[in-house]
Formats: sequence, C-alpha cells, structure tokens
Amino acid sequence: MRILNFLTLAILLSSGTAGLAGEKKPVRSSKPMVSMEENGGITLPAGFQASILADELGRARHLAVNTNGDVYVKLDKLNEGRGILRLRDANGDGKAEDISGFGNYKGTGIAIKNGYLYASSNEQIFRYALDKTGVADPENPELIATGLWDRGAHSSKSITLDNAGNIYVNIGAPSNVCQVKDFTKGSPGINPCPLLDSSGGIWQFRVDVKGQSYNNGKRYATGLRNVVGLDWNAQVNDLFVMQHGRDMFFQHYPEMYSQQDGALNPSEEFFRIKPGSDCGWPYCYYDMNKKQKLMNPEYGGDRNKVGDCAGKTQSILQFPGHMAPDGLLFYTGTQFPEKYRNGAFIAFHGSWNRSPEPQEGYFVVYVPIKDGLPSGDWEVFANGFAQDLKDPRKARFRPCGLAQGPDGSLYISDDQKGRIWKVTYGK
Amino acid sequence: MRYHKPFFSVLLMTTCSFMVLAQQGMPKDVAARGKTIYGAVCMACHQSDGGGVPRLNPPLSGSKTVNGPKDKLIPIVLNGMSGVEIEGESYGNVMASHADLKDQEIADVLNYVRNNFGNKASLVSAADVKKVRIKLKK
Ligand code: HEC
Repeated sequence: MRILNFLTLAILLSSGTAGLAGEKKPVRSSKPMVSMEENGGITLPAGFQASILADELGRARHLAVNTNGDVYVKLDKLNEGRGILRLRDANGDGKAEDISGFGNYKGTGIAIKNGYLYASSNEQIFRYALDKTGVADPENPELIATGLWDRGAHSSKSITLDNAGNIYVNIGAPSNVCQVKDFTKGSPGINPCPLLDSSGGIWQFRVDVKGQSYNNGKRYATGLRNVVGLDWNAQVNDLFVMQHGRDMFFQHYPEMYSQQDGALNPSEEFFRIKPGSDCGWPYCYYDMNKKQKLMNPEYGGDRNKVGDCAGKTQSILQFPGHMAPDGLLFYTGTQFPEKYRNGAFIAFHGSWNRSPEPQEGYFVVYVPIKDGLPSGDWEVFANGFAQDLKDPRKARFRPCGLAQGPDGSLYISDDQKGRIWKVTYGK
Repeated sequence: MRYHKPFFSVLLMTTCSFMVLAQQGMPKDVAARGKTIYGAVCMACHQSDGGGVPRLNPPLSGSKTVNGPKDKLIPIVLNGMSGVEIEGESYGNVMASHADLKDQEIADVLNYVRNNFGNKASLVSAADVKKVRIKLKK
C-alpha cells in the first residue's frame, strides 16, 4: 500500500520532470560523505553553488535586493523588536557582515522599485525612500494602504509592483472553501461567497497615493483562496500568482476522494492574471486526476460536474496539492545559463495535510517560460531543505522567499530558522 | 520468515503500547476507537504525532489544555476554537465544532490524545461529555 502510494507520487512528481534529471547529475555523489553544509545544506544542479548570506534570523519570509546589493528581509515575528532586516555584504564574499534592522511590525511582503522599499504588515503597506546608504528614514515610512483584512487565516500580504506605478497585494480569504461553517464536514458552500468582496483576490493600489484602502483600491483579480508567491512579469506585462489550494477533500468527502486523491488534490495552480480575472475559488478547483477544473463538492460538485468552472480563468500550470507555493520569481539575470532566462522559480514551503501520506514540497522548482507560458516541464532546482524530514515541524528548513540580486544571483529565504542562501553560477 | 519480522515487530510495538495504555487504565478497545477517530477527524491538522503544524495548528503533545481539567478540554471539541493565542503563538487555521461526534466518540478521542504523544491525564467518560454538552446546549 505504502509503496504503491509512494510510486504514484514519484511518478506524478517526475512525470515530465527534466528537473529531477537535473537533480540526478549533482556536482557530488548523491550521498555526501563530507560536510552536510556544502552549499549551506541544500542541493543544486551542477555548476551552481550557494553561500549562507545570514543565518538564524527568525521567521524570514520574503526578501528584496537593492541596486547596491543590500538584501532586505521581512520577518513574520519581531527579532529584537525589528520586523525588517538589512543584510549587507560589503566585501562580496557571500556572507553578510553588517546586519541591521528597523520596522516594528511583523509581516511577509517586501519589494524594491524605483528607489523605494515597500513592506507590508498583515494589514498595511508602507514605503521607505532609499538613498545611497539605504533606507533614508526608517522611522517614518509613508502609509500606502491600510485596513486590509487580517482575520487570522491567510493573513499575509505579499506584494509586487509593475512599471506603471501600481502595487499589487494579495488579500487571502480567511476561509477554507467559504462554507456556512468553515472546516465543518457537511456544511454547504455559501453562494455567492461574501468573503470575495474584501478578500480572496489581488488588490491594486497606486504607489503615490497615501492611506488607500478598499474604497479607492481596485480588486484586480478574484477567486483566489490565498496567494503568497506572486511576481510581475515585465516581459509580457502581466501579473503571475501561485494559489494555495483548499484542504479537506478526503476528510470531508471520503466517498469521492481516497486518501491519496485528497493528498494530491486540489492542484496548486499557477495563474497568469489579467485585470478582472476570476480564478474560481471557492466554487471550483483543479482536479489533478481528472486534469480539469471541476465544481467543489460544497457547491454541488460530484467530481465530474464542470458547471461554470469552464468559464473561469484557467491556470497555466498545475502542481500536486498542498505543497504551499510561497515564493515566485521571474529570473531576468544573465549570470545563470541561458536556459534560466525569463523562466520562473517557485519556492514550495512544504505540505502538512497530506498526512498520513508522506509530505511533499520543501524545495525550489524551475519552470521554463516563453511568452508568458510554460515552454517545458518543471524541475526541482534546489532541494534538501527538509533534510530527509519532510514534516512541517521537523524539517530543518522551509524555503519561502525568492529574490534576484543586481548581478543575477538568486536569494532564497527560510522561515523555519531564518537562513538566507545566495545562489550563484560558475564562480 | 525474514519477511515477517517487521510485521511482528509492529505487532509487538502495538501490543506494547496497548499494554502501557492498559496499565494507565485505558481499555484496549477504548484506545483503538480513540485512535480511529483521531485518524479520521483530528490528524489532518494536529498530525499523526500530535505535534501540530507551526503557525497553523497547535501541538496536542505537551499541551497544558490537553493534560488539564476535563471541563476546560471538552468544550474545545464541542465548540471548536479560533483566534486564541496558545503559549504566545497564534495559529492561522480554524478548528470547527465537532459536536456532531457522539459523547462516547468524544470521550474516546480525548482519552487517546490525553494518553499519547507523551501526554498523561485522567480518563474522560461519555457522562463527562454529556454534562458539558448540556451546559453548552450543543
Ligand atoms: C481544521 C483543523 C483542525 C481539526 C480537524 C482539529 N483541530 Fe484542534 N485545533 C485546531 C486549531 C487551529 C486550534 C487552535 C485554535 C486557536 O488557537 O484559537 C486547535 C486547538 C485544539 C486544542 C487546544 C490546544 C491547546 O493547547 O489549547 C485541542 C485540545 C484540540 N484542538 C483538539 C482537537 C481534537 C481532539 C480534534 C479532533 C476531534 C481536533 N482538534 C480537530 C485545528 C484543528
């Protein structure tokens, strides 16, 4: 039974993964005898290496790199009263020797654009002017947006910016699937779902207007249960997001979903967003076995009915369920080999509710992209974060944020302990 | 013969753990029933080892509430729980009411969590659950 499950998963994960092939030819033998700390404890494709830029920072969520190479990390729990840390590696040896901090609020979102650092709490978005030395006035940021829903579940506010003066923020729905009674077996879905007025989507605000909220922001996309990883693709001028799919198929509908089906479903979907996109939550989900968007059983779905789901915005790529995509980055640098140009890196924080099936994720994958669509199979790029213990509590690290440095290096954050890796190629 | 070894050791381990439970005063069938309910209803969130999921679902292992007085614990299963900080941590998920479980089922699952994952506490009876249920009108 167990072996069968494992095989199914292995086949699924490797179905069309040139990526695991990348994994198969590491620089060293697959069982490193020497230091586990080579590459800061993670594994990378041949020719890549990683240094530990900083360690034990705490809950390091997203990160952003300034034009001078300074790395800013947003923390989800204050570290000595500071919610944003600046890591400076002046001598360029891949280790930050100067770490300082500011911002007395916890949160996830952080981004840099045109001379400003943007950061979010779970309710507000701030911006700080940057000068030659860094953040000019850390005590007095401008308040860009406020009053965004923070109702416990899915409260992190990830941010990204376009080149036309807009900032995009995810407002996750504080709910599993908008039932009359959340997380309750047998409770029907509310139709229409009232949560969608103020959550379950992406909101757009202007960067140069202070104190915005729901009244003057724009609901840019809806039908997204929760998004943590999002990025603006400047090549095709569109927003791309990774949705965290719903839970509890097997627990609430065992007659429709076996334990394995529940571990695999719904897909974690990768969307290319247009203004007004409706990605389907809570009415629809993408079924990994049936390979299409179907109606959720709380809304009358029977695992065959498509209903209105055919008319929703369809995802451009689907991953196995529950792996929790927390970071998304389009790579535009030239340091990495040609194949990585303009493709997407996605950090999967790692699953918790595939139990008793083995947990999955806890890695960073690469998706080749051409003209805004996947142009090949996804592959695992960085692995080994969990160190053989793919378990949300026992995993050594859990990858969360991704950022690109001015020299094309890739930065990865871990929010289990707070390690930051700087990944370089061929140096 | 060799192939049967793991099976036997599992059997032995299971038997031993039931013996330990039996020593603590939990009959075998109660332990087995509690485990089944835990697996079907609670495990997805609180995990098979009762360790929970950081920032989402709290651990039941070592929890003061799980090891504490029954009249504080039973209402959590009947009412559900959300938005309450536990030992300085907040948890993002919502625990729904499980009042649809029968009194005996709630007693069984609570006995299971009170005597596993390193926890040790007195037994809960269906009558205990019934009392709280009447008080809470659940
Ligand atoms: C959907 C996920 C979920 C399910 C299913 C679930 N719980 Fe919970 N449980 C939680 C969350 C989340 C909390 C904490 C809520 C808070 O902090 O306000 C919690 C809290 C608790 C607590 C209090 C812990 C403490 O230390 O204070 C107990 C006891 C508990 N659950 C037992 C159970 C039992 C027994 C079951 C099965 C009958 C169960 N739970 C099912 C998510 C869940």
